[in-house]
Amino acid sequence: MEKEQVEELVKEIFIEVLEKEDIVLNENTTANDIEEWDSLAHIRLVVTIEKKFNMHFSSREIQSWENVGEMIECIYSKVK
Amino acid sequence: MLNFAAIIEPYCMKDFFQLIKNLKKDFTGFTKCKVAVLGDSSTQFLTQALRSTGYEKRLDLDVWETDFNQIERQIYDESSELYTFNPDIIILFQSAHKLLSKYNKLTTDEHCMLASNELASIDNYYYVLSAKLTVKIIYYNYTEIDDNVFGNFASKTPASFLFQLRKLNYELMLYASNNHNFYVCEISTIQNRVGKTTFFQSSIYINYEMVLSMDVLPEIASKTVDLIAALHGNFKKCLILDLDNTLWGGIIGDDGLENIQLGNLGIGKAFTEFQYWIKKLKNRGIIIAVCSKNTESVAKEPFEKHPDMVLQLNDIAVFVANWENKVGNLRHIQSVLNIGFDTMVFLDDNPFERNLLRENIPGICVPELPEDPADYLEYLYSLNLFETTSYSQEDLQRTALYQIEAERKTMQKTFVNEDDFLKSLNMLALVESFNKFNIPRVAQLSQRSNQFNLRAVRYTEADINFFAASENYFTFAFTLEDKFGDNGLICVIILQKESEQTLFIDTWFMSCRVLKRGMEHFVLNKITNFTKDNGFVYLKGEYIPTAKNDMVQHHFKDLGFEILNDFWMLNVANYENKKCFIHEK
Repeated sequence: MEKEQVEELVKEIFIEVLEKEDIVLNENTTANDIEEWDSLAHIRLVVTIEKKFNMHFSSREIQSWENVGEMIECIYSKVK
Repeated sequence: MLNFAAIIEPYCMKDFFQLIKNLKKDFTGFTKCKVAVLGDSSTQFLTQALRSTGYEKRLDLDVWETDFNQIERQIYDESSELYTFNPDIIILFQSAHKLLSKYNKLTTDEHCMLASNELASIDNYYYVLSAKLTVKIIYYNYTEIDDNVFGNFASKTPASFLFQLRKLNYELMLYASNNHNFYVCEISTIQNRVGKTTFFQSSIYINYEMVLSMDVLPEIASKTVDLIAALHGNFKKCLILDLDNTLWGGIIGDDGLENIQLGNLGIGKAFTEFQYWIKKLKNRGIIIAVCSKNTESVAKEPFEKHPDMVLQLNDIAVFVANWENKVGNLRHIQSVLNIGFDTMVFLDDNPFERNLLRENIPGICVPELPEDPADYLEYLYSLNLFETTSYSQEDLQRTALYQIEAERKTMQKTFVNEDDFLKSLNMLALVESFNKFNIPRVAQLSQRSNQFNLRAVRYTEADINFFAASENYFTFAFTLEDKFGDNGLICVIILQKESEQTLFIDTWFMSCRVLKRGMEHFVLNKITNFTKDNGFVYLKGEYIPTAKNDMVQHHFKDLGFEILNDFWMLNVANYENKKCFIHEK
């Protein structure tokens, strides 16, 4: 799977979970940039990504992401 | 490795995400109930799941949660938000993980005291909460964690964590059986069924203090709301069964008595075990009815002659076998039993019949039976269809009562004159105040009576005990027997002393199986005379409409009460006894 595909799918998940159609995501986006992205939403994002990509994140991985770019990098490292 | 199929396929729901879409729906007209969640782990998602699941049962749950680890403060601080919120129900969720943390901090000597210490603290919570609030406690029991410090030897070692956890779960059951307003919600059996790897996700627990996975939240919420709904009188009373390929394998009309599958061999075993389950439900008080497309005599043959039949004809309250449409037959069963469709469960192996009934009979519960009869039981176990909040001696006899009712209906047809019929019944009623023998049944009826219930205020056994002891209340429990048998306790009146002149009818409910027998008149004669004899002048009644008590909306008017500011008044000075064929025992 190409990285662009991963990005596209992650964006879809963000739209669905945060219920925000016009979401703008780039590598540097953090939870501070999106109002709906609170701690509860974050858990939902993690669980949904795990389900949709059929993968599992370790507790360290979940803690380590500083922004969307790192999150996508982590997913990509598991699918490629 | 990535599984492409998993990406392309939409992930399968009614999972948590689907469920919480209910939060945005309209709860207007649903039964309101205030629920406080006190947990020692993060419970925000549980809170959402509870309210969402309530929607599916027409409950408008106002769910409030504390920040986690505030249980003690909320309970022991009289000015806490908990007491301001004033909940009807408190869910106490102390997780097995926190129990393990407590265990870890104890000295080796103290380990074997864990369960007793915890139970003492739970008892204290219950004591304080019951003293300050009118509230029911739902306690989540402990899901098993085996730390394997002792391996299998844990079972021989009272100081092991597993030993203490299981002991605590057992003690909780004992505790619940002795404390009226304390209920245990079995989340441990949910973990047993779905498996710990589904129930619990360690990465989420470590990062977010959540001990319930997203996948299991709908299950937990469902089991909890089943209990809350039952506490509101919303539960199943009747199971209606198809016969061929549901109760036995094969088709009795085609295969014949010798060839249907039943017994200990092969697939017959699935049906036999299924029948044992139904028999247990019957003994618990669930009414069993049969609705089958068959010739009646053929359908009854296995019940009469097959050596491996577990269910007998006298287990079945209403037996309908003919070639008519099942919708009509279901309506007939409903008219004999006189209970709501929403209290009935219908089991049929045929998808066509299932859909037909679902579409035509609103409210009835029609589970999708699995195709393989071997799966029937595990599937039905998982649905928790028959939640209840009480169990009494009378439950054992319910089927007989309904069978007698069916007989009475047949006899009624032979009398042209209603009075002659009533006279011929030789009815005798016993009237008593609440006492230790009738209190459990009074409380049970208070939870169950939906239709003939003027105010539909539900009381627990503890409440009933209070009324019985109070000087401001006068209590009456009525039984009714006739030449066919004893109906048991069928009507309850609670009068509240409102002033020197007036007695308020706080409670008047009656079992629908004694409708049209003149019991209303008997009861009114009785309480009117009581009112007079004790120097009061007025009886004051109130009708509070619910979704189910239309039947009694004109009750007080029909009995001659006059309306005054939303209440119904009867001056007992001018009262003349109403005609009635029931004699007092």
